[in-house]
Amino acid sequence: MMRDITLGQYYRVESFIHKLDPRTKIIGTFIYMLLIFICDTIPCYIVGILMLGLVIKKSKIPLRYMVRGLRSILVLMIFTVVFQLFFTTGGKLVVNWHFIRIYSTGIKMAVILIIKLVLLVMGSSVMTYTTTPNQLTDGFESVLKPLKVFKVNSHEIAMIMSIALRFIPILVDEADKIMNAQMARGADFEHGGIVKKAKNMLPLLVPLFVSAFRRADELSLAMEARCYFGGEGRTKMKPLKYSNLDKIAATVLTVYTVLVIVLYRFL
Amino acid sequence: MSFGLLYSNIRTATFLFDKKYDPPQAESFASKTLYMGCDDMSFIKSEKLKFEYIRRDENGNVDSINKAIDEVDLDIEKGQFIAILGSNGSGKSTLAKHINALLTPADGTMWINGNDTKDAEKLKNIRQSVGMVFQNPDNQIIGSIVEEDVGFGPENIGVPTKEIWNRVDDALEKVDMNDFRLKSPNKLSGGQKQRVAIAGVLAMKPQCIVLDEPTAMLDPQGRRDVIDTITKLNKTDNITIILVTHYMEEVVNADRVIVLNKGKIVMQDTPRGIFSQIEKLESFNLDVPEVTKVANMLSKSGLEISDGILTVEELADEIMAAKKVRIC
Repeated sequence: MMRDITLGQYYRVESFIHKLDPRTKIIGTFIYMLLIFICDTIPCYIVGILMLGLVIKKSKIPLRYMVRGLRSILVLMIFTVVFQLFFTTGGKLVVNWHFIRIYSTGIKMAVILIIKLVLLVMGSSVMTYTTTPNQLTDGFESVLKPLKVFKVNSHEIAMIMSIALRFIPILVDEADKIMNAQMARGADFEHGGIVKKAKNMLPLLVPLFVSAFRRADELSLAMEARCYFGGEGRTKMKPLKYSNLDKIAATVLTVYTVLVIVLYRFL
Repeated sequence: MSFGLLYSNIRTATFLFDKKYDPPQAESFASKTLYMGCDDMSFIKSEKLKFEYIRRDENGNVDSINKAIDEVDLDIEKGQFIAILGSNGSGKSTLAKHINALLTPADGTMWINGNDTKDAEKLKNIRQSVGMVFQNPDNQIIGSIVEEDVGFGPENIGVPTKEIWNRVDDALEKVDMNDFRLKSPNKLSGGQKQRVAIAGVLAMKPQCIVLDEPTAMLDPQGRRDVIDTITKLNKTDNITIILVTHYMEEVVNADRVIVLNKGKIVMQDTPRGIFSQIEKLESFNLDVPEVTKVANMLSKSGLEISDGILTVEELADEIMAAKKVRIC
């Protein structure tokens, strides 16, 4: 499974959303998340849910696939619900049983928070499900370019991300090899409590780090040997191009944004 | 005696014969360099090249100085196939890195195509015309898809998008890796990865490729494929090949062999000339090809066999000739 990590969560299918330029998806997701954060009233959320539903339908990703992604934040959701329910006061007293007191404001806050979390997670996973990591890094490089004013080099960040992605499977393989070598010499990685297990990981981590640094050193030499001098003057083999689909997406996004802001201000 | 190894040399033998029948090409290259305006300078030239690795202790004081290269004079013409031999620590990798200007000499000068490698402005030019392939295939592939990795070099030197695609197609075709262009490099064998690395260099349209022990981590099949690929590039595309290795069998195809020991050039000759001096080679901790060894043993035990046998065919012929002499 780790060998395929270069594909990340990418779900291979042909769809409108898949064909969009990664920059459109990144900017769209960013605006969507921003609106979810700022405009936290029920009418806004209803529009938000409808919007997300439309995007998921257009992306042809099965709904159960999307819902599965929520499992990772299940614990977080339960925690927030419990805290909101029991520790928020205000509004009508709904439940009064022994020491438990639940107020109506608490219920409202809990519901809003759940919707907020679900929309945020699902919204961002639509992006990772429909975009390959390669496209994502390319997109980030291009979207973050204006940060040059603050001396942030978006090309370098993107390069680091893509090299990291390429080397994850290699380092996983290597960790496996080192583990076997250490086990052959009597190291124990499976028994004992958490502290002992963590301690036992040391003979795995040290050689792994050493070899990772050596690899980094060699890779940088290889990159230099192939005329890499940073992002200046580089051309692209696969340049990003906006298409008509992106125009449609941008229009939909604008309508959505205006609608949400209007609903937030005047309702 | 391992006859399997002997047998594998038959393949290398065929290359030698091919080379024999080729008309000598040195003149045509000389005229080409003239045309390029570098009159009397060869393609790769160095004079009194020196490089030192300085080891310092914690306080920054010099602990020891290791002379990796010591007064090396090189002279390599375009289109040649040069092999650099040497045991561990002989400075062969350091020398290879000088040719690509990854390292610059501590003393002396290195010229590539007439450009001094110390000249920072010529760096891009030099690295474009001299490509480099390293030992570990995993640590030199940057892209997460084969074709993207091959495109990395041309992207760096600012080739327009359409031309990048042409070059990538071409380079993958030349190393016979077109079927794998959309695969992740992690799913290729060592030999295939190394050929992708060669394609990545080819896409920059180099005049010379330096290979630093490219087969050291490969299985026999991968080694054969890589050596076949570079031999083909040398013959059909006239690309100068500089092969750093310690596998003697790979050296047999070279036009010239340079033997390094402790940073100095100690021998420089054709493969035949080098391998006829078995004792001298052994004093540098180097070996000779298996066939050469067998021939030497036979001649020591009284059979009339000349020095510097490189291939199984040659040995067979010599044995037959020697036999006839005896019968008469």
